[in-house]
Amino acid sequence: MSRIQTTFDKLKQHQRKALIPFFTAGDPDPKLTVPLLHALVEAGADVIELGVPFSDPMADGPTIQRASERALKHHVSLHHVLDMVAEFRRSNTGTPIVLMGYGNPIEAMGWGTFAKRCAEVGVDGVLTVDFPPEEGHEAFAHLEKHGIDPIFLLAPTSTDARVARVAKQARGYVYYVSLKGVTGAGNLDLSAIAEKIPHLRKHIKLPIGVGFGIRDAATALAVAKLCDGVVVGSRIVQEIENSTEQNVVANVSKLVKELRQAVDKA
Amino acid sequence: MYNYPDSTGHFGPYGGIYVAETLMSALEELNQAYEKYRHNPEFVAELNYDLKHFVGRPSPIYHAKRWSQQLGGAQIFLKREDLNHTGAHKVNNTVGQALLAKRMGKPRVIAETGAGQHGVATATVAARYGMECVVYMGSEDVQRQAQNVYRMKLLGATVVPVESGSKTLKDALNEAMRDWVTNIENTFYIIGTVAGPHPYPMMVRDFNAIVGKECVVQMPELAGRQPDAVIACVGGGSNAMGVFYFYIDMPGVKLIGVEAGGQGIASGQHAAPLTTNSPVGVLHGNRTYLMQDADGQIIETHSISAGLDYPGVGPEHSWLKDSGRAEYVAINDDEALRAFHDLCHFEGIIPALESSHALAYAAKIAPTMNKDKVLLVNLSGRGDKDMATVARASGIEF
Repeated sequence: MSRIQTTFDKLKQHQRKALIPFFTAGDPDPKLTVPLLHALVEAGADVIELGVPFSDPMADGPTIQRASERALKHHVSLHHVLDMVAEFRRSNTGTPIVLMGYGNPIEAMGWGTFAKRCAEVGVDGVLTVDFPPEEGHEAFAHLEKHGIDPIFLLAPTSTDARVARVAKQARGYVYYVSLKGVTGAGNLDLSAIAEKIPHLRKHIKLPIGVGFGIRDAATALAVAKLCDGVVVGSRIVQEIENSTEQNVVANVSKLVKELRQAVDKA
Repeated sequence: MYNYPDSTGHFGPYGGIYVAETLMSALEELNQAYEKYRHNPEFVAELNYDLKHFVGRPSPIYHAKRWSQQLGGAQIFLKREDLNHTGAHKVNNTVGQALLAKRMGKPRVIAETGAGQHGVATATVAARYGMECVVYMGSEDVQRQAQNVYRMKLLGATVVPVESGSKTLKDALNEAMRDWVTNIENTFYIIGTVAGPHPYPMMVRDFNAIVGKECVVQMPELAGRQPDAVIACVGGGSNAMGVFYFYIDMPGVKLIGVEAGGQGIASGQHAAPLTTNSPVGVLHGNRTYLMQDADGQIIETHSISAGLDYPGVGPEHSWLKDSGRAEYVAINDDEALRAFHDLCHFEGIIPALESSHALAYAAKIAPTMNKDKVLLVNLSGRGDKDMATVARASGIEF
């Protein structure tokens, strides 16, 4: 059984919701990535989405774009990110890690090599933002061969037919993008999420995480009530951006603890 | 019979729809609308009316006799897209997409632009059809093309300088995509080249294919026959696909795409993914040849012409290269400048720097060919926008 499934099963037994923080590997500095991963776990993260920096992050807002730029200034490549996961796994074998990013760095490495490396270092899932199910057959076959879960996005604009299609290929969990726009944008429409989730459940038997627009304990709690997991990205990246190298781990840790407490009230 | 792309938007292994889920339904809606209207008699009639009366089509073909004589070989004919309203081929596509936007009930259009030609062409049709218009432009390009920025503003568009990444065309495209995904319900994204996710590469090609369609009729009238080769510059590749498309099934006609060699291929400072056999990758919604580093990060390109300064290329060009139907070469900044000056001097035509790359390649091969051979160059735009760049290259500041 995959680490992702084990994690969600355990949460379900205890009637808890998953907290899924995101940050970009190499931001603000490559040497802080592994300490940040451990700090997130200690603060209560159930699954971690680790961003792979890309030069052209089309689906991201300015906050995560800048994180990518900071990481790329340190020449953080996909190879480095995999090495970071390997280092994290030396002292953590339980928390699932999902790599999130764009297809081209993986294309450059080759999907076969990438999937094999993921399995070796202990990556559990891969979310390739710009590879919808239609285009990813070969890519996802490589992941499947090595037991890596392909994670997919669904959006308010996804038709029933598309939801059904994603349901067929998705493993691990499904990430519902709660608003139209890029990461870090706008205000949440909770009633729209509440209305959409039951539609998704008709096809999606996997846990559903909801992200985009979750900025504080209150929004985290409200969203946690509606689904199986809460994804928090831009808010954490913003905290990293506003911190110094000395206090970034402590600041992020404090923020995630607050989010954990909120999610546990759901 | 050449019949690409397939129903899922692929040209062999290239093209496709590589976008986030948040854009998938909008692309499906666009694809359905395009399929519904592309052969609809009323839509076609309205498009043709505006192409004739608003754009000024058909554009003529001109025999550049003095320049050909000077070069001493093949006869060079120019397809005069520079004479279109707004001064380039770009308007063929923006008229088409704006009419489609109107039928889809989208009151707001957005666009990306490099040199500013596509931005101007979009602002123009937005004014013509009474639509709100926002144009994204890299802040580097805003500096380089101040006059075009002012033109867009005169036409009522909002120009948004893009500060992310390399601050050029590719970053403008990223930003336009972000706008689109945020405002998907009321907004139509008018992409300016034969790139992006399906159906854009096909749709932009189709709207520009009027160029080659006219050439197929005009060349026998003027030159007595079809050309031995058709030559066009390639950045994203919309003017080249436009002039190539109706010649693809004529095996006697060579198709030559000219990329930006910048400061020379060996210098690495260029924008020539096809000529240099760059690795294949995925950017801006499609799979294509792509300038990137070993880690798959997109690298900065260089060209004296902002319109060719793009790391990718339309997926159909990648396919035409692999299938051997078209050949791709590069022309350096200095060679393009020489052709620019020669056309001014011998023919009284100021060409766009983009088009000057195609002219330069024609000038390179014409002397090696017999005088009865015929080259057709797509003069895709006029050079008024390039005055400052050309003057600077000659050591003159205004």
